[in-house]
Amino acid sequence: MPVPFSYSLRNLAVRKLTTALTVGGMALVVFVFSTVLMLEAGLRSTLVGTGSYDNALVTRRGSGAEVQSAVDRVQAGIIETQPEVMLDAQSQRLVSKEVVVLISLRKRGSDRPANVVIRGIGPQGMALRPQVQLVDGRMFRPGSSEIIAGRSIGERFAGAGLGETLRFGMRDWTVVGHFDAGRSGFDSEIWGDTNQLMQAFRRTMYSSVLLRLSDARAFDAFKRRVEGDPRLTVEAKRESVFYAEQSEALARFIRILGLTLSIIFSTGAVIGAMITMYAAVANRTAEIGTLRAIGFRSGSILWAFLLEALLIGAIGGALGLALASLMQFVSFSTMNFQTFAELAFSFKLTPAIAVQAMLFAVVMGLLGGLLPALRAARLKVVDALRAA
Amino acid sequence: MYALKLILRNALRHKLRTALTMLGIVIAVLAFGLLQTVVDAWYAGANAASDKRLITRNAISLVFPLPISYRDRLRQIDGIKSVSFANWFGGVYINERNFFPQFAVDPQTYFALYPEYKIAPEQLKAFLRDRRGCVVGRKLANLYGWKLGDVIPLRGTIYTGNWEFVVRAIYDGRDTSTDTAIFFFQWDYLNEAINRMYPRRANSVGVFVLQIDEADRAAEIARKVDATFKNSLAETLTETEKAFQLGFVSMTEAIVLAIRIVSFLVIFIIMAVMANTMAMSTRERLSEYATLKAIGFRPGFLLLLIFGESLIIALIAGTVGCLLTFPVARTFVAHTGTLFHVFNVSSQTILMQLGAAFVIGTVAAVVPSLRAARQGIAEGLRAIG
Repeated sequence: MPVPFSYSLRNLAVRKLTTALTVGGMALVVFVFSTVLMLEAGLRSTLVGTGSYDNALVTRRGSGAEVQSAVDRVQAGIIETQPEVMLDAQSQRLVSKEVVVLISLRKRGSDRPANVVIRGIGPQGMALRPQVQLVDGRMFRPGSSEIIAGRSIGERFAGAGLGETLRFGMRDWTVVGHFDAGRSGFDSEIWGDTNQLMQAFRRTMYSSVLLRLSDARAFDAFKRRVEGDPRLTVEAKRESVFYAEQSEALARFIRILGLTLSIIFSTGAVIGAMITMYAAVANRTAEIGTLRAIGFRSGSILWAFLLEALLIGAIGGALGLALASLMQFVSFSTMNFQTFAELAFSFKLTPAIAVQAMLFAVVMGLLGGLLPALRAARLKVVDALRAA
Repeated sequence: MYALKLILRNALRHKLRTALTMLGIVIAVLAFGLLQTVVDAWYAGANAASDKRLITRNAISLVFPLPISYRDRLRQIDGIKSVSFANWFGGVYINERNFFPQFAVDPQTYFALYPEYKIAPEQLKAFLRDRRGCVVGRKLANLYGWKLGDVIPLRGTIYTGNWEFVVRAIYDGRDTSTDTAIFFFQWDYLNEAINRMYPRRANSVGVFVLQIDEADRAAEIARKVDATFKNSLAETLTETEKAFQLGFVSMTEAIVLAIRIVSFLVIFIIMAVMANTMAMSTRERLSEYATLKAIGFRPGFLLLLIFGESLIIALIAGTVGCLLTFPVARTFVAHTGTLFHVFNVSSQTILMQLGAAFVIGTVAAVVPSLRAARQGIAEGLRAIG
């Protein structure tokens, strides 16, 4: 017959300070563990959401990032006329020949510099990215020194607010609109007319060519032809794949750093739980003896103490997770090592992370409680009763 | 004296509990020290910067180059002693994991500006004579087993193609804070290749490095430089080397901040563990404390006992944690390759670690000792732990 559940629960309630401290330690560890996973999930969802599956992005072979890539006008023209490219309602090819450079802007308030992506888009650039919506102001007029900025850029950088101007390339550029890209990487960019930006930066080459495929399944055929064409020195990737690859190094860094920290911290919390449970067993030796004497088996005792440790873990986990869920309101921005550009993303709590965090907490409780519970179960009835 | 004896006896009463608590504190102090050292490593470049060097780059951003012709105009500016330049190469050695910075530099002037990179004179001569030659840092040479005369292949990402360099010199750092994981080669070699491949991009450099006479005139000279190139095709931005390096750090500021916060969280976690230990110990001894009070000891003596025990446990464990930081830091850096170029445990870190241990010991004793001191004698004698 098992020891009643309320026995374990009440034991936690009796030693309020001890329980609170142990649970608090666990909660902090679970907090660190889940924020790291949330940060990584946020980064991935930002960059995966940046590209669409039926778009193809063509860059110079071996360049990795768009900023390092260069595609000249002749090559861009060849890519544009491939048969897989989709036509829109006006029979225009859905292609955007783009130039991507970094400019150094100063943050509002702190005046610290950060690299921001500025992208020159073609007339079809907006149509190719349906997730991008203008939320404020208007679209830039082609052929003018007007630009539009991602919403998070407008908030964070000096000169990027609506109606303000930025100076680069010997011209003043007026910000005439803000766009919302649904929390994707484009939120951290500034867009303008590709031809105007190329002139301002004295560039003769595009950085990349973005196009919509008429059939998403035609990508492999498109890739084979473009990469096999002796006139072209380019590689083609699905847009979604391209942006996911851009975050690999940063995501790996966050993951390794976070998991190392979680493991180190969890040893601290496990030790805390162990100390608490050993003390609980030591204080209750006579009680355990009594329980055994009136007929509870050693297995039931083991389970009762283990349950107590698991409860500590579960409460700590729930508390830590609740704290971590508040982090969803915080946005995080840092330089992506692969593109050298500033990228803003947020903490994202997914059901999988919640499950992992709770499992982590319960396992910590289990590890901390197992040895003390075994000691409790192994006590001899006579000795235990005499200890009182 | 007998108080100390009592404290020690008390600390050793529950050997397992004390050992576990100490283990927790050792881990926490160790983790705190390592995280502080990681943050220091982030700032290593800025801290090693000389205040007599200015960096001039394109005002738009580092991605844009400056024409080499600016060198002669920079030389004419009053206060500038010498001018050198460098170009970021961005090559990949075998695969992306082996990251280290590579710069194409002016071999005649660059190393004169950076006396902290110590090169044997005959090796420097050999480097100057070989257009394909390169200078590598001691740390890189040790990591990849490079020797003088080895050929090193790099795959270019900015300047595409496969490049080969011959190790002609290995430099050592003057100070422990000098970065010895950089790869330098001749700018002329790069420029000739660019001239063949993309003639429009030739004859340009990434940054100019200016040596100035007096550090006090840095701001004035920087303004003068930028005024010289105002309204030209490539406007410049000149700042001290330290400001330039801090610019990089500030871009990854959020990560540094997160590491800092987390390093203090670990102290909080262990504070909870330690406080728990002390709370349990005092709860078990409430009747003893009542006895002590009954035979005439003042509450202050109880405070001494409890604080003493807490501090002794925390400080012993803290010292062990500090001592362990050095070997663990060495192992850590050996396993992370070139991720951290400079990784030294500073004396400030050690002080902070000891300070953290002290705070852990003190804070953990506050609530339990107050409880013990306030406890009435009759109530305490009745307590059963």
